Amino acid sequence: MENQLNISSSPHIRSKVTSSNIMLMVTIALLPASAFGVYNFGMDALLMLIVTTATAVLTEFIYEKLMHKKITIGDFSAVVTGLLLGLNMPPTAPLWMGALGSVFAILIVKQLFGGLGQNFMNPALGARCFLLISFAGQMTKFVYDGETGPTPLAYLKEGALSSVNSMDMLIGRIPGTIGETSVIAIIIGAIFLIMLGIIDLRIPGTYIVTFVLFIGIFGQFSDANVGFFDPQFITAELCGGGLMLGAWFMATDYVTSPITKSGQIVYGIVLGLLTGLFRLFGGSSEGVSYAIIISNLLVPLIEKVTLPKPFGKGGEK
Amino acid sequence: MYIIYNKLKGRKEGKGMALLTFKGGIHPDDGKSLAKDKAIVDVKPKGDLVYPLSQHIGAPATPIVAKGDHVLRGQKIAEAGGFVSAPIYASVSGTVKAIEPHFNPTGAKVNCIVVENDGEYKEVEYAPVKPLEEMTKEEILNAIGEAGVVGMGGAGFPTKVKLSPKEPEKIDYIIANCAECEPYITADYRRMMETPERLVGGMKVVLSLFEHAKGIFGVEDNKPDCIEKLKELTKDEPRMEVMALKTKYPQGGERQLIYATTGRAINSTMLPADAGCVVDNVETMINIYQAVVEGKPSIERIVTVSGDAINEPGNFRAPFGMNQMELVEQAGGFKEEPEKVISGGPMMGFAMFTVDVPVTKTSSSVLAFVKDPVKRLEETACINCGRCVDACPSRIIPSRLADYAQHHDAETFEKMNGMECVECGSCSYVCPAKRPLKQSIGSMRKIVLANRRKKK
Repeated sequence: MENQLNISSSPHIRSKVTSSNIMLMVTIALLPASAFGVYNFGMDALLMLIVTTATAVLTEFIYEKLMHKKITIGDFSAVVTGLLLGLNMPPTAPLWMGALGSVFAILIVKQLFGGLGQNFMNPALGARCFLLISFAGQMTKFVYDGETGPTPLAYLKEGALSSVNSMDMLIGRIPGTIGETSVIAIIIGAIFLIMLGIIDLRIPGTYIVTFVLFIGIFGQFSDANVGFFDPQFITAELCGGGLMLGAWFMATDYVTSPITKSGQIVYGIVLGLLTGLFRLFGGSSEGVSYAIIISNLLVPLIEKVTLPKPFGKGGEK
Repeated sequence: MYIIYNKLKGRKEGKGMALLTFKGGIHPDDGKSLAKDKAIVDVKPKGDLVYPLSQHIGAPATPIVAKGDHVLRGQKIAEAGGFVSAPIYASVSGTVKAIEPHFNPTGAKVNCIVVENDGEYKEVEYAPVKPLEEMTKEEILNAIGEAGVVGMGGAGFPTKVKLSPKEPEKIDYIIANCAECEPYITADYRRMMETPERLVGGMKVVLSLFEHAKGIFGVEDNKPDCIEKLKELTKDEPRMEVMALKTKYPQGGERQLIYATTGRAINSTMLPADAGCVVDNVETMINIYQAVVEGKPSIERIVTVSGDAINEPGNFRAPFGMNQMELVEQAGGFKEEPEKVISGGPMMGFAMFTVDVPVTKTSSSVLAFVKDPVKRLEETACINCGRCVDACPSRIIPSRLADYAQHHDAETFEKMNGMECVECGSCSYVCPAKRPLKQSIGSMRKIVLANRRKKK
């Protein structure tokens, strides 16, 4: 019995999709938003993106090396985390702050909980919230064209609806974090991911629809100038802040969203409600980051109540 | 909108304009073009024939020949070993050389009758048969059982037992499984192209056992020529219908096929008969026809020999017991030394460590590949992407069940419906982390089943 053939349990064929090429595609999908951020905010933004991405990858490498674990930086997931954090940083924040955020994201949120697939919270958002709490001033200072001023969302919060320009917000010519300002650039990346089948509309779709319904109905209670389903208010809320970046790139993070189809719908609804609630009635004009990380924590619960019925027990329909 | 409406309607009523199918499933490269257009070739083995006594589910057959006996092609050499069992017939003429253990395609060593081929192919004279119309149901069933017909799609369940449900009057549908959804295999396709009348004849035999039943041919729509042929042949058969199914793996899975064609759903605790259905694949139907109408036992089958390591892929009428290596030689031998050879399809077949095994009643194909696509894969962490959930035809959560299985948590595994898995392998196929999902779930299912037997 020499020259035995390979044996293995079936199936004997596998699809070509791998985790690392999924992560690589997500990285590519983030490039339009990154490029626009650099175009919009200049060299500071480019350096910030490089620092956060490089620090994230390096942190993962050093941790795994020290812990004698398999080095997994080739799977691009640390790249995605670092880049996403960079896109969530104000362009004027000091570089060390971005680096600190990346270390927090990879070390505390991801690796200490077991590495890829085990983190219960989106690492980039966890780090962003950590920085927001620790360095509130610098994390919410937005400079545009050399002037420090409020973001369009902050204007909305002040009740100054008339002073925001929707077209500027769509293109991204507004102050904000590096990657969140251009709706068009974000949507280009999102369409790319949808076409590849990497994300679908279930989470971002329900998220955005729920959010629109919520602010359409309750917008008038937060600001007397805003009408019932006021189109200008809704457009400004949709294009402002981190909603688009969050809905398409962070709420859709596989690891921290429900695996069940109906659970993803529930998750989207919870996200929409929380974001609306935080933005209209919260202390800050922003709400997406907190809405997503709180919803991340609700995922096990959501999955528990949305377990699918198996085939032959009512689940075939 | 109209198309969507029809799709929904089609699913609910089990028919309509839209293609019939099920939720979930995958679309692997089908590789069928390699052997699809190769007509069936008769093969006459030269070497010894090895007949495993266990080629079916149930009790092994009991040998009724001894070393030194001379046997003829078509002569019974082993008797059914119980109610759920099947007899075995010699497929060549020759001398019984030994009754000894040999490896079968699944890698197990089982007792086999070895016949030295005299190369003359002298066949027994079969007893004349009565016309189908004059046979009683009991006579029909006995003819099927006596001929040693078993489910030839892969499971090998004795057909006579399957056709004897507790309440035969409650059977509404006889479904011929013509899906052939496994990649590479074209054996049933060739059967349907070359002798569709024998398939329809087999259906006629089975329908005569169940007066209230309707006969359905469920064919994947990647075989439009078969659909056309069967439609033409059955146009004057009011009790038969040909249904085009969406081409998707595992469309030929029993539960998925029943659901696609009838809209009825069965789970792990039910048999098809509980939903008023009986399912038999093409090869089995043709063997039923042969047994009842021609009075001939089950002694050979169509085997596809294919894959990128095979010189001339094709379809062969191979006698049971024939060495699979000899069959590979019939197909021009190996182009290159293969890394992997599979008995059956790439999704559910068995990888063999040696090709020195016999063709059995359930060997639908021998597939040889130069490169083993699984060997080089490295398992990485689950990223919770949900592709396995999308692909799972049983609508369970393979990634979580594999976790419970790896943690030996049988209780949670059962609670989370792990036993509903049909082990089709779709989850392992799509997993981007290349986790052995089906493999883990399959092992746990075996443990749970073994524990259940112990308790009884």
